[in-house]
Amino acid sequence: MSFVFYILSALTVAGALAAVLLKNTVHCALALTVAFAGLALLFLDLHAQFAGFAQILVYIGAVAILVVFAILLTKGSETPKDGVFSKTWLAGLAVAAAVFAVLGWAVLQSTSRLPQDVKAPTVTVQQIGQSLVGRYVLPLEIVAVLLTAAMIGAVIIALHEKEGLQ
Amino acid sequence: MTPLAGYLLVAALLFAIGLAGALTRRNAILVLIGIELMLNAGNLNLIAFWRYGPHPEVLTGMMFAIFSIAVAAAEAAVGLGLVIQIHRHAHTTDLDAMNRMKG
Repeated sequence: MSFVFYILSALTVAGALAAVLLKNTVHCALALTVAFAGLALLFLDLHAQFAGFAQILVYIGAVAILVVFAILLTKGSETPKDGVFSKTWLAGLAVAAAVFAVLGWAVLQSTSRLPQDVKAPTVTVQQIGQSLVGRYVLPLEIVAVLLTAAMIGAVIIALHEKEGLQ
Repeated sequence: MTPLAGYLLVAALLFAIGLAGALTRRNAILVLIGIELMLNAGNLNLIAFWRYGPHPEVLTGMMFAIFSIAVAAAEAAVGLGLVIQIHRHAHTTDLDAMNRMKG
């Protein structure tokens, strides 16, 4: 366990906690960006450079901006009078705590069977590109269709419909 | 504690935080943020297992994470489009106020 790992995981968890707990929705979106950046740095720390930069491009560059747009379009930045948490927040918190307890217990139980230090793999972008058009070409095509369908679907859903005009 | 166990614990914590956010917040956009955090925790698990697994040169875990990022981006676009449309229709994004399926 390196020092870098502790700093990055503290940054990521702090960003995620702030994104869930803050009252102002715009602040939540900005804290979410911090959590995404921390995760991208954790990916880089795991020698997954391509996934790390894809995370920065897709999540910080697109998803976080999209979330801010949605908040501003729905006037979500106004804090509601009756609190930001739902009526059943205690049950939700209990479920989340139980899930974390089970996951943490499972990880700590299997620690001795997990692989120890492995030599860091060196993966070039060329290798990733060759496996994307080689072994993983079918998933790549399916993702292309999915992204096209999602883009058209999102535009149609969010299209402003005039009254009585289909 | 092995390095892999550390990454798995951080991923489990992120997943729990995202789940708590998705289950306790009122605003639909914050629920989507919680879902994004859960998806990211899954990606961290995939990458950590790829890095410490027996055959990292096959790239299975990394590819799975990259496809998962693409699917999560599509999910975010459609989900936020739905939230905007619901806000236009019901003038609220409060999930406690949305208790009818018929508009």
